[in-house]
Amino acid sequence: MILGLVEHAGGEPTEESLEALTLAREVAADTDASLDAVVFGVEGAAATDRLGDHGVETVHHVADRRLDTYAPEARGEAVAQLVDAVDPAAVVAPGTTRGNEVLAHVGAVRDLPMAANCTDVDAGEEYELARQRWGGSLVEHARLDAPTALLTAAAHEFSPEPAAERVEPSVREFEPSLDDAAFRVGVDRVEESDVEGVPLGEARVVVGGGRGVGSAEDYDELEDLADLLGGTVGASRAAVNEGWRPHDDQIGQTGTKISPDLYVACGISGAVQHMVGCKGADSVLAINTDPEAAIMQKGDYAVVGDLHEVVPELNEALRSEA
Amino acid sequence: MDTLACIKRVPDTGAKITLTEDEQDIDTSNLGFTISPHEECAIEAAVQQVEDHGGTATVLSLGPDDAAEQLRTGLAMTADEATLLETDGEEWTPRATANAIADAARGDDGGPAYDLLLFGNESADAANHQVGVRVARALDVPFLAGVTGLDVEDGTAIARREVGGGTEVYELDLPAAVAVKEGINEPRYASMRAKMQARKQEIRRQTPERDGGRGTFEKVRLEAPETDDADAEVLGEGPEAVPDVVELLRDDLEVV
Repeated sequence: MILGLVEHAGGEPTEESLEALTLAREVAADTDASLDAVVFGVEGAAATDRLGDHGVETVHHVADRRLDTYAPEARGEAVAQLVDAVDPAAVVAPGTTRGNEVLAHVGAVRDLPMAANCTDVDAGEEYELARQRWGGSLVEHARLDAPTALLTAAAHEFSPEPAAERVEPSVREFEPSLDDAAFRVGVDRVEESDVEGVPLGEARVVVGGGRGVGSAEDYDELEDLADLLGGTVGASRAAVNEGWRPHDDQIGQTGTKISPDLYVACGISGAVQHMVGCKGADSVLAINTDPEAAIMQKGDYAVVGDLHEVVPELNEALRSEA
Repeated sequence: MDTLACIKRVPDTGAKITLTEDEQDIDTSNLGFTISPHEECAIEAAVQQVEDHGGTATVLSLGPDDAAEQLRTGLAMTADEATLLETDGEEWTPRATANAIADAARGDDGGPAYDLLLFGNESADAANHQVGVRVARALDVPFLAGVTGLDVEDGTAIARREVGGGTEVYELDLPAAVAVKEGINEPRYASMRAKMQARKQEIRRQTPERDGGRGTFEKVRLEAPETDDADAEVLGEGPEAVPDVVELLRDDLEVV
């Protein structure tokens, strides 16, 4: 059996979790194994129906109410105990901060190796896998041989397709034995962002600005464009280093990885470290004065020109379209 | 308060990457080396806490003799001490690395010798996302990854991390360990004078044991993925391209 670790928002599995389940289902198919999932939280069981669409036969619902809020160490311990109980050949988690963190706890407490951010897994007696290094600029091919393989799926590398055949999952309550010490780290409170709009990682349109934007004030034009397209503004590392945008806006290897329908890259040269952050975009439109810039090769569409001339004109045209 | 920042020597992260012929490593013959970006922030966070609360900041690295260069950068950023866990340069697994760091960070009583252990969220090169967790579990201290804000008050580390639409706040009793991300601070620039002084400071050297554990994880080879070098479709030059851009956005991409 292969066990998928599913995160959810209000009972709806997250996109990254469905991506991870796609990998988990492939691993299950390789080894002729069944696919189970583990969910946390009082709303976790509500995700069951959707998980059936993705081929999950059994949902292990962790019943400890103390785990309704996120507590990494306790969740890691709970998953480790579930692994002891149901003995999966592999556990597959989303390659998110939480997914990597929880599975790393499992690896630590059960002394197992873990492969983070996998892009391909060929499962047999041992696992041959490919995983991202350098934020995705390099691929590592590796062999993993362990009583239970711990894998996280690189974000936006797998398309969260439903299974060919839907199954009706059964739900099993799992009651881990957790002492209070396991809850020494947990979300104490959540401060809501005063930034309006869709978070960068979830935006369907992203307008990115780089060194070519020239100043913090000049992002106003990009903000307007993002508004007109129902999107969000992002930035390259160079622009963040200049202090024009907060680090939260950074797209790239050490920033956010985006997967919008459209990424409009303005005044961005297209360094490898930036491109690994936006390679999940369906389409990239670059606006740059330099026709030789890397992004003009790596993108899908290009306008050769000064963004300060092109973007205001484009904004005007879009306003008159509305 | 005593802090420990664990760092890694990695090839220059801004450089174009080529591989060695045997595909086992990055070809570093024409590359400089640096500290992983998140880990540079870990040093800054460590020295800031010492500035605020007193105590000492130590930088530690597991790696070859040359990693002393990155430790000296940490000293120039005003860390007080440096420890090199010297290896033959071969890449260690996260588990072996963590066990060696935990051994070096353990005090005489078996617990952590530091109040706050700081890691980068993931190293720029290997990105395994697990050394910090494994060290914390070995030392039995609370741990949080993805930290982008950190304050210490009355023996408690208040750690923040970004989630969609907000910030999660965690309180960790010290001693504790956190893995920080870029954006938590602006690492200080080490002056030439500080760099000169750092060259004279002693680097403590230890030779760690490399231990195994259950299961194996072995690198087979590295691969630089082929990139699509087909040129983008040029829609036009300057503002005159705007009608074509609008048509693309409306008819082909359907985003307006």
